[in-house]
Amino acid sequence: MKTMPKWADVLLVPLISLLIAFALSALVILAIGEDPIRAMELMVTGSLGSTYGWGYTLYYTTNFLLTGLAVSIAFQAKLFNIGGEGQAMIGGLGVALVCLFIPWPNWWLAIVAAILASALFGAMWAAIPAWLQAKAGSHIVITTIMFNFIAASLMNYLLSHVLRPTTSMDPATARFDNVLRLPRLHDILGLVGIDFSRSGPANIMLFIALAFCVLAYVLLWRTRLGFEIRAFGQSEAAAHYAGISSFKIIMVAMLISGALAGTMAVNSVMGGPQRLVMNAVEGAGFIGIAVALMGRSHPIGIIAPALLFGFLFQGGSELAIETSIPRDMIVIIQALVIMFTGALDNMVRRPLELLFLALRRRA
Amino acid sequence: MDIATFVQIFESTLRLATPLLFACLAGLFSERAGIFDIGLEGKLLVAAFFSASIAFVTGSAWLGLAAGIGASVLFSLIHGVASITFRGNQLISGVAINFLAAGMTVVVAQSWFQQGGRTPPLVGDARFDRLSLPFAEALRDVPVIGQIYGQILNQHSILVYFGLLCVPLTWWVLYRTRFGLRLRAVGENPAAVDTAGVSVVRLRYAAIVIAGVLCGIGGAYLSTALAAGFVKDMSAGRGYIALAALIFAKWRPWHALGAVLLFGMLEAIANRWPNLDLGIVTLPNQFMTALPYILTVVILAGFVGKAIPPRAGGEPYVKER
Repeated sequence: MKTMPKWADVLLVPLISLLIAFALSALVILAIGEDPIRAMELMVTGSLGSTYGWGYTLYYTTNFLLTGLAVSIAFQAKLFNIGGEGQAMIGGLGVALVCLFIPWPNWWLAIVAAILASALFGAMWAAIPAWLQAKAGSHIVITTIMFNFIAASLMNYLLSHVLRPTTSMDPATARFDNVLRLPRLHDILGLVGIDFSRSGPANIMLFIALAFCVLAYVLLWRTRLGFEIRAFGQSEAAAHYAGISSFKIIMVAMLISGALAGTMAVNSVMGGPQRLVMNAVEGAGFIGIAVALMGRSHPIGIIAPALLFGFLFQGGSELAIETSIPRDMIVIIQALVIMFTGALDNMVRRPLELLFLALRRRA
Repeated sequence: MDIATFVQIFESTLRLATPLLFACLAGLFSERAGIFDIGLEGKLLVAAFFSASIAFVTGSAWLGLAAGIGASVLFSLIHGVASITFRGNQLISGVAINFLAAGMTVVVAQSWFQQGGRTPPLVGDARFDRLSLPFAEALRDVPVIGQIYGQILNQHSILVYFGLLCVPLTWWVLYRTRFGLRLRAVGENPAAVDTAGVSVVRLRYAAIVIAGVLCGIGGAYLSTALAAGFVKDMSAGRGYIALAALIFAKWRPWHALGAVLLFGMLEAIANRWPNLDLGIVTLPNQFMTALPYILTVVILAGFVGKAIPPRAGGEPYVKER
């Protein structure tokens, strides 16, 4: 039975959860002797107060759009892909290999190849956990966690022994060729006469990520495969009865999810430092979980939460510079958002449902 | 390689396996009762931090231990409220707990000690001392026994011995008491337990509180016995390795001891030889670090027997539909 109107379900519940998470975070800030109002002001000016800030905010947003999308697609099939972190790391390897070893004549050929390579590598990294879930029934959460650690070790090894230039001590690859520099918002918005800061790393991948959101929406709600994925997510038994192969859905959903997580690396490797460094993902794979939960796993719904976390990520860095609040404060906010929009959903939802029922009865 | 090297490896295996053992047994209690516990890592971390800070402030490792257990149990209860009372997703709650611990420990550490997310180094009674076992000195020169008893088992902190004691204790509680029978039943078929007139909710809360206590001891061991103070992210994935060990052990206590000793030994070997030269190939450090996870995936793939988790694991119990 529908007890709540749709707008309450998709807007009100996440907003209240977010408010609770923010209120608790403010208490933490108070408890460590800082002023939460000033902290919020600093975060807003630092991330949204200048085109410099926006350049970073939107750069992080791009990462979270792609990882959030990755988690969402898996969630639609009721699979909890916690391995976005590892898939994005391996995706970064794909980007680095394509950019380092093929002499591309221009950036747009390179970005197409990099997207394909990172998607392929990310999907590959999701394939084994998916196969284990589909065939052996071992829990995808456990296997994807294991694969995150295996990926971290693998990248650690490759960067410090194989891909590192002999002249450098830094565990990172050489810088990519300058031809491969992706157009940043400064270049793109400059075409229409908008003046945008040169230093923010937000780049063309932002628009590609947004396009992926639309494509994912079309896939999920306008194609037969998308219907099958959602049906499987709603009820495995009913999907089975309708002749939908669970093996196929688990594999396809996880491969798409891994591929999307992988493409995040195009932004964070090619768009950012232009070389593959250790820990290039910076936890974005995990933030994708919070983004997907807030966005109710809807490809369009995740856009606002991705922007919110982009703001928090950039604002958090500014906060660490201006105050004694460490950058890890945003990890607490992230945890609280996951807790309240994910695990404690019923705590927020039940009272609201009762409220709406009471209102309806009176009407 | 001489005998002394072997003795050293086994000695540090035991030390490194101890935090894994506590976390693994914690997971065992929780998962046997049907509550998935991804949050072992976070509980270890938060316990490590509060043990180290209280031990530093009071100068007593025992008070530190109590604080660590308290913090870990509190996190367990958060998990309980989310996953038992509000029937939320246990995996998501676990993930949130891990992030909460990762962020909270650094923010609070920075606010209390201003040392970049660490506690000041612990000295004297703020750490758990190494104990000398009786007759260890006298037996030192006896072959085999001397090496095992006098060197490998001797000179550990009291928590290591307590951890070893917890293994038969866990076995006894789970397989020889009424509470244990009910706990295992609630992880397999909660409806049957409920029909018998036993509260599913209370049993599950009991299980996660036990898990919280065990994780608390494991975390305290990390920062006040194995190391001398807390540093950022010091649990370093041990909670996840414990989870792997739990699967490896197929949710049984004695096998859990075997699994954590194996994973502890891998860590000891990786510490001793950063690049292990096996003649044909040289295994890099990173391979040894990843090996526990690779082995677990192999187990999960069903190549070496089948790992079947408790049947009701991850499902919130709803009394009536």
